Amino acid sequence: MPGGAAATLRMELVGLSGIVERNAYIIRRYIMWELAFFVWTLANTLTIVFIAKGLNASKFDVNRITTVLVIGALAWSYLGMVFELLIEMVQWERWEGTIEYTFMAPLSRPMHLIGTGLFAVIYGIVRTIILWFVIRQFVVFDLPHANYGATLLILAIASVSFIGIGMMTAVLPLISPEKGVQLGFIAQGVLLVVSGVYYTVDVLPHWMQWLSVISPATYALRGIRAAIIHGAPLSSLWGDIWPLIVIGIVAIPLGLRIFAIGERYAKRHGKLKRSG
Amino acid sequence: MTLLQSDPFSSVPAVDVHGLRKTFRRKQGTGLRARKKPVAALNGLDLRIERGECVAILGQNGSGKSTLVRLLSTLLLHDGGTAHVFGHDVFKSPREVQRLVNRVSVEASFFKRLSTIENLSYASRFYGLTHATTKETIPEVLRKVGFPMDRANESMEDLSRGMQQKVALARALLTSPVLLLLDEPTTGLDPRSKLEVQDFIREVRQIHDATILLCTHDLDEAEALAERVGILDKGHLIALAPADELKASYGVDTLEEAFFAATGKTFTDEDEEGNE
Repeated sequence: MPGGAAATLRMELVGLSGIVERNAYIIRRYIMWELAFFVWTLANTLTIVFIAKGLNASKFDVNRITTVLVIGALAWSYLGMVFELLIEMVQWERWEGTIEYTFMAPLSRPMHLIGTGLFAVIYGIVRTIILWFVIRQFVVFDLPHANYGATLLILAIASVSFIGIGMMTAVLPLISPEKGVQLGFIAQGVLLVVSGVYYTVDVLPHWMQWLSVISPATYALRGIRAAIIHGAPLSSLWGDIWPLIVIGIVAIPLGLRIFAIGERYAKRHGKLKRSG
Repeated sequence: MTLLQSDPFSSVPAVDVHGLRKTFRRKQGTGLRARKKPVAALNGLDLRIERGECVAILGQNGSGKSTLVRLLSTLLLHDGGTAHVFGHDVFKSPREVQRLVNRVSVEASFFKRLSTIENLSYASRFYGLTHATTKETIPEVLRKVGFPMDRANESMEDLSRGMQQKVALARALLTSPVLLLLDEPTTGLDPRSKLEVQDFIREVRQIHDATILLCTHDLDEAEALAERVGILDKGHLIALAPADELKASYGVDTLEEAFFAATGKTFTDEDEEGNE
C-alpha cells in the first residue's frame, strides 16, 4: 500500500474510533436512561415469555414455544438497538448542535456510518447477552444442545445487513428533521411484521411473504432458533447464512449510496444544521 | 503546530470566491396560501482573502454571512460561482478543504452532558489525532485559552457561556486549521470573556499563521482584529477595505456610520436568517 494511502486509511480508522469513543461516552453519561430502557425491554420480553408459559401444556409444547418467543424478543431488542442508534445518530447531533462540526470534519461518511454501526453492534450484543442472563433468572430454559458459537456467528453476519439497512433509515432525519425519526420507526415496524420475530413467516399473507425473503432478520431468526433449540452445526445453517452474506454485500453499498444522496439533498437545501 | 509547515500554499490565496450564489426556498404565508419562494442568500459574491490575513464581514442577520461560512465549511452546496480554499475547490474537493478549515460559531455546540475533555477528545479523532497525541495537546491548548483545568472533567452544561466558547476555540485550534471561520464568536459573552477570546484570536494568527474570516456584529471587534472589513448586504459584498479607508470613502468617523452609509440601514433593524 503506498504511503499516502496508508496515512489516509490510518486517519480514517482514527476517525472511526472517534465515533465509537463518542458513543461510549454518551452511553456512560446517560447510564440511567440506558438502565430504564433495559428494564422496559426486560419487562416486554418477560411478558411475551409468560404468555407462552401460560399456554395449555396438554395441547402445546410450551418449552419450545417459550424458547421460540424469547429468541424472537431478544433478536428484536438487538435489532431495535442497532437501528435506533443509527437512526438517532443525526437527530442527537441536531439536538446537541454538533451536527455541523461532525459533517464538516474530514471523516469520510462510510467511516462515520460504519463506526456508528460498529458501536451499535458491540453495544447491542453485550446488552442482549445481559438480557438473556437476566431472563434466565425468571424462567428456566432447557437447552442442552444450544450452539451459542453458531448463534453469535449468525448474529455477526446478520449485523452487516442490519447496519446497511440502518444506514438507509439513518438518512431520514437528515432529509426530514421533523419527521425522519418517526419514518424510521415505520421501517423498523415493517421488519418486525415480515421477519417472523414471533411467528413463522408462512402465516403471512402471500403478498407479504416476498418482503420476508429480502429481510435479513428472517434468516437470522431462523438460523439462531435452529442453533439454540436444535444445536444445529454451522454446516446445516448454510441455507440461512448465504442469504445473509448476499444481503449484507448489497445492503452496505446501497445504504452508503442512499445516505450520500440524502446528504447531498440536505446540503443543497440547507438542512445540515442544528435545531433548537 | 500548523499544517503549513511545508508551505504548499504560499502562492495561492487562502480564500478565493467568484460570483458565489446560494438561494433557499423560504416558506411565505400561512395555511393553504403558504408557498415556498426562492430567496437569494448570496447573490454573486466575490471575495479574496490572502494567506495570513484577517478579514471581518459585517452584515445584518439575513445578509448572507452565515451562508458564506457554511458554504466554505462544506455544509452547503452552491447554486453558482466558484469557491476555493488554498487552491482546493470547496465543492469538488471537500475532503481536502475540510482538513484545512475549522470553525467557531456563535453557539458553543457540544454534547452538553459530556465533559470538556470528552468533547475535545472525540472531535480530535475526526481529524486523525490519536489518543497518544491528544492526551498531551488537549491540556496544552486548554491552558492556552485560559480554561481552568480543574473543571475539564465537568459536564459542559455546568460551564458558563464564556468557558464553553473557550472550549470551542480550543476545539478549533486542536486541529491546526490554516483557515479559521469565526461566526460571531464573542456574541453574548461578558466583556472580560470577549477580550480574552479576542486576545486569543490575535495569538492564533501570530503563532499559528492562520487566516481568519470573522463574521461579526461587533464593529469594534472588526476594527480591532481585521486588516480589512467587508460589508455584506442582501448577499452582495458592497464594500471591502481597511477600516480607515472604508470610513474615509464614506466621509464618516465610525464603522457604524460607514455601514449606514453603505446600506442605508443600522445594525439594529434586522431580519431573521432562520429558513436557510
